[in-house]
Amino acid sequence: MAEMKDVVLEYVIDEYVDEDDDLEVGVDSPLISSGIVDSFSMVSLKIFLEKKYDIKLPDDEATPDAFDTVTKIVELVKKHQG
Amino acid sequence: MAFTDKTRQLFAEEIAAIKEKGLFKEKRFICSPQGAAIRVEYPEGAPQEDVLNFCANNYLGLSSHPDVIKAAHEGLDSRGYGMSSVRFICGTQDIHRELQDKVSAFLGMEATLLFPSCMDANAGVFEAILGTDDVIIADRLIHASLVDGIRLCSAEYDTFKHMNMKHLEKKLELHQDKRTRLIVTDGVFSMDGDLCPLDEMCALAERYDAMVLVDESHASGFIGKTGRGTHEHFDVIDKVDLITTTFGKGLGGASGGCVSGKSELIELCRQKARPYLFSNSMAPPIVAASIKVIDLISASTERRDKLEANTRRFREGMEKAGLNIRPGETPIVPVMLYNAKLANDMSRDMYAEGIYVIGFFFPVVPAGQARIRVQLSAAHEDEHIDKCIAAFTKVGEKYGILGLDKKGIIDKYGM
Repeated sequence: MAEMKDVVLEYVIDEYVDEDDDLEVGVDSPLISSGIVDSFSMVSLKIFLEKKYDIKLPDDEATPDAFDTVTKIVELVKKHQG
Repeated sequence: MAFTDKTRQLFAEEIAAIKEKGLFKEKRFICSPQGAAIRVEYPEGAPQEDVLNFCANNYLGLSSHPDVIKAAHEGLDSRGYGMSSVRFICGTQDIHRELQDKVSAFLGMEATLLFPSCMDANAGVFEAILGTDDVIIADRLIHASLVDGIRLCSAEYDTFKHMNMKHLEKKLELHQDKRTRLIVTDGVFSMDGDLCPLDEMCALAERYDAMVLVDESHASGFIGKTGRGTHEHFDVIDKVDLITTTFGKGLGGASGGCVSGKSELIELCRQKARPYLFSNSMAPPIVAASIKVIDLISASTERRDKLEANTRRFREGMEKAGLNIRPGETPIVPVMLYNAKLANDMSRDMYAEGIYVIGFFFPVVPAGQARIRVQLSAAHEDEHIDKCIAAFTKVGEKYGILGLDKKGIIDKYGM
């Protein structure tokens, strides 16, 4: 079974990086602060995580800072998985 | 008074931080009516200069049109200056109804509701018609006012890649469990000048049982062969459910906006949209002038035809000169520079050449996508356009970017 960070990274690349963007995105690449993911489209990532991992991420925790890298996202998801 | 020195310092520091980041918006004063040729005081306190304006939303050149000004005067004389009321108390005149009816006929929609601005229309429409069982699926580059309106609504929302219909289809499949789906897009995107492929979008909407809302602020009056908008251009007038648009751009340029579309949705906006319920009516002179604008552009396509010819002349001239412009057919022409400082420096040099244009960079456009956005107008004459191209050629030569593609410019200046 694929590790969560690989699943999330694959989703981020598929969802937010265009083929002609010429961007290298890794698990510690800044997503929000670099402009790859903006605060409006961040919601798509939240919907994906909630459906995929059957969790509910409260708005006060699904913040741009908490979503800024795949590593941070995985930490947040694991916390809510209990 | 609680605005202590310490409090003042707090806000001063925030302003200083904006300046530090190079994001501070400078003041520019127009000392003439709006038009192709204007007098400008910039920077503040500097002598006034006569310059050509290539950054207004004055697409049809109606901002200072004599017939529009006359209609505003007549509206002022016959219906007064202001309504001192929101629409539903005592702020609706017969001319508000007349303008709504004329806009519905012009756009090919069932009904229309006026708002103080399109920003207000976009802020109010979603919350009025949707609830927690619904989903909004929006293009990622929609206008900020739509983003704000969506965030104010209790419906879930999701986004799709800019104008990517395959991605939209995936999102429509994902949200089939919702009561209703509303796709949201701009008809013409204000920063890139892209035309949303509404024919493909409306076909998907039919297949996946979704409604479509289009913000036509940068399209109404001139896109499509008779200027009805993007839905006319793609021959889907009867397939779009809601249009929001403004009287502050091509349609006269003063202020005011509207939501137009299916009558039940418009009625819900009239009952529930908060910016409609809690903000003043459009002022009578502006309503009267807006009626004149709709009459003028319904009677003749002369102005949108001239704008189309001007756009073609400018785009061809810029490409021939070797400037890197985003391909397209709308009067919004981004001159791509990628680097924020380069965009700023070049726009300042363009001003010295008598051309008023502005550089745009992050966060207004995505990082690494800095550009000077040029907007054509039906008020421009051939010599204005040629002077603008000549200035871009001269300034482009100074910075060594003529003939360079994206990679060439980024290699030279970075992103």
